[in-house]
Amino acid sequence: MRTSAGLPIVEELRERIQRLEGAATRRRLVLPFGIKEIDRHLPGGGLALGALHEVAGGGNGAIDGAAAALFTAGIAARARGKVLWCITRPDLFAPAFAQAGLLPGRVIYVEAGEAVLACFEEGLRHGGLGAVVAEVARLSMTASRRLQLAAESSGAIGIAIRRWRRQTEATDFGQPTASVTRWRVSALPATPLPIPGVGRARWQLELIRCRAGESADFEVEACDAKGRLALPSGLVHGPGQKEIGRRRAAR
Amino acid sequence: MVLALDAAAQRAGLRVGMPAAKAQALRDAEPAADAEALDRLALWALQRYAPVAAADAPDGLVIDTTGTAHLHGGEDALVKGMVDQLAASGVAARAAIADSWGAAHAFARYVARPTLVVPAGDSVKAVLDLPIASLRLPKNMVEELRVLGFERIAELAAKPRAPLALRFGPELGRRLDQAMGCLSEPINPVRPSALIEVRRVFAEPIGAPETIARTTGKLVAQLCEMLEAKGLGARRLDLLFHRVDNRIEAIRIGTALPVRDVKRLTRLLCDKIETVDPGFGIEIMRLAATLAEPLAPKQTISSLTEEPEADVSSLIDTLANRVGEQRLYRFAPVASDVPERSVQRIAPAAPNIGEAWQDHWPRPARLLPTPEPIETVALLPDHPPVSFIWRGVRRRVKCADGPERVFGEWWKRDVELIAVRDYFRIEDEAGERFWIYRAGDGEDAATGTHRWFLHGIFG
Repeated sequence: MRTSAGLPIVEELRERIQRLEGAATRRRLVLPFGIKEIDRHLPGGGLALGALHEVAGGGNGAIDGAAAALFTAGIAARARGKVLWCITRPDLFAPAFAQAGLLPGRVIYVEAGEAVLACFEEGLRHGGLGAVVAEVARLSMTASRRLQLAAESSGAIGIAIRRWRRQTEATDFGQPTASVTRWRVSALPATPLPIPGVGRARWQLELIRCRAGESADFEVEACDAKGRLALPSGLVHGPGQKEIGRRRAAR
Repeated sequence: MVLALDAAAQRAGLRVGMPAAKAQALRDAEPAADAEALDRLALWALQRYAPVAAADAPDGLVIDTTGTAHLHGGEDALVKGMVDQLAASGVAARAAIADSWGAAHAFARYVARPTLVVPAGDSVKAVLDLPIASLRLPKNMVEELRVLGFERIAELAAKPRAPLALRFGPELGRRLDQAMGCLSEPINPVRPSALIEVRRVFAEPIGAPETIARTTGKLVAQLCEMLEAKGLGARRLDLLFHRVDNRIEAIRIGTALPVRDVKRLTRLLCDKIETVDPGFGIEIMRLAATLAEPLAPKQTISSLTEEPEADVSSLIDTLANRVGEQRLYRFAPVASDVPERSVQRIAPAAPNIGEAWQDHWPRPARLLPTPEPIETVALLPDHPPVSFIWRGVRRRVKCADGPERVFGEWWKRDVELIAVRDYFRIEDEAGERFWIYRAGDGEDAATGTHRWFLHGIFG
């Protein structure tokens, strides 16, 4: 990214591609994470509004989807307006979302069952919602393209939480879809505390796919009371940076 | 002779086995008032449950629940709710759902269960076991059939029809066919006198979905004009299709708030057209606002500084008509320390109750529907486990927070008087965080079984 950003010919090509995609007529609005390290990997400097995003859990998270739901709740909390949340299994616990900044008055839940994709699309098309979230197991290319078009038409941010019944089905996450970004959130040991106890939760946040961008990995601290992520303080100028420097020096 | 009594009759002094004349002398029967009450009940069913409902004199209601059960959470929930509602207003009722009017009539009266839902397609088989008295035949005909040795419908159905018809007339065969569902029996739905209704009669029967949709649009526009003249908005709309073969198909939609918007109502109705079977054609379409509420024009509040909150009621209506009203909700806080009682479901359009949960302890993103027992190695009374086995996987606990003690709510149930749960938030070596609790305080066995449970998963 850094090497290609300055070249005028690359910029011109990007513009032409954007015009072909049909999004050039209006500027793409984004929802930044507020963390420079993450935002610079995303085109436009944040999660695109009016687009479909996918979030899955890693390891056991592919089945329970707890971290993925909380990560999504953090995004929805920072979006504006009401939120529609389509669920397939009634096991989410609203107080946890309130602690991530998503107040209960803003979220409408719908137990969609089989009709989850239809409800998801209906919500995306409506236009009065800030974010639409759905728990989806299978997401085909056709279905995801429909959802992406619906999201483009209204400007709401659509987030599909990929959640499967069995661990073996989670390989489905490798299949191509029309979503703009694709994330995997897995639990990491919490920030160590000087006293006995569990510190602030940490996640391994993998940006697996990003249209017009490159994939990346981050280690972040989980949502605070306003839904914001944070970088672990020891890492910003810590070991990661030093290692890059050392590698350069060795070359 | 009095054969059966309900509680009210017993209070009035009637006894089983008493001659009918004596019973009537004790309490005057009022057939006219009874019929009137039954009609009122039919109107209530019409507004509450289904677009096609009628009084089934002298002692019943008949309701066509086709296409409306999902609004009440399925057929089981529908009949249970209906019987409970009736019981709450002092009417002892039994309800049954079956494939045909005749079968449902028989099941409701001759199966001793308060509610019964016969799975679709099984009615014919189930109805064969019932006594012949359930066939809605004249009393003397039933007596004569008994003399001939017929007891159950199965025996009657196995006999050739011609000799029976010769002896008893066509009535017997007709009732038998109606109970089996091979002869259609149209229900003439009850209509309140002040019903706001528009209808359209076709010279040629129609059947194509596009034609139905176009006509629906025209009917909705007419109905909305009538509603506007009265200052009302529709809460429930019924679209009835009278088919050429004398059957009635129906669509019912409901809205969360009174609506008079032509486009929106048309859209809600048209979403359901695919559920209508036009058969050989539709002769008449009738659109009625079964439930209408006052809807006055309202001035919108404009503000220069704040952006108006977007109106999502149209989305709520669309989704509620698709998946059912009960499956669309918001969560609201309840002042309770017991986690599963700390949330309540409220209607999506209801006003906010409280801001959010007050406690500052971290709560898990997923709460298991029922706490799952785990095997642990733990020190009593107030230490978290060192390791535990959940779903066959052993995990070592690296760090833990707790205990957070939750006391039973004695004002809800007596057994909770001294019950205690100690919650711990623990993290295993892989970094996964769980919410577990021990039933009991670790010292006194009266407070709980001292077994451990996993209740939630943190992200």
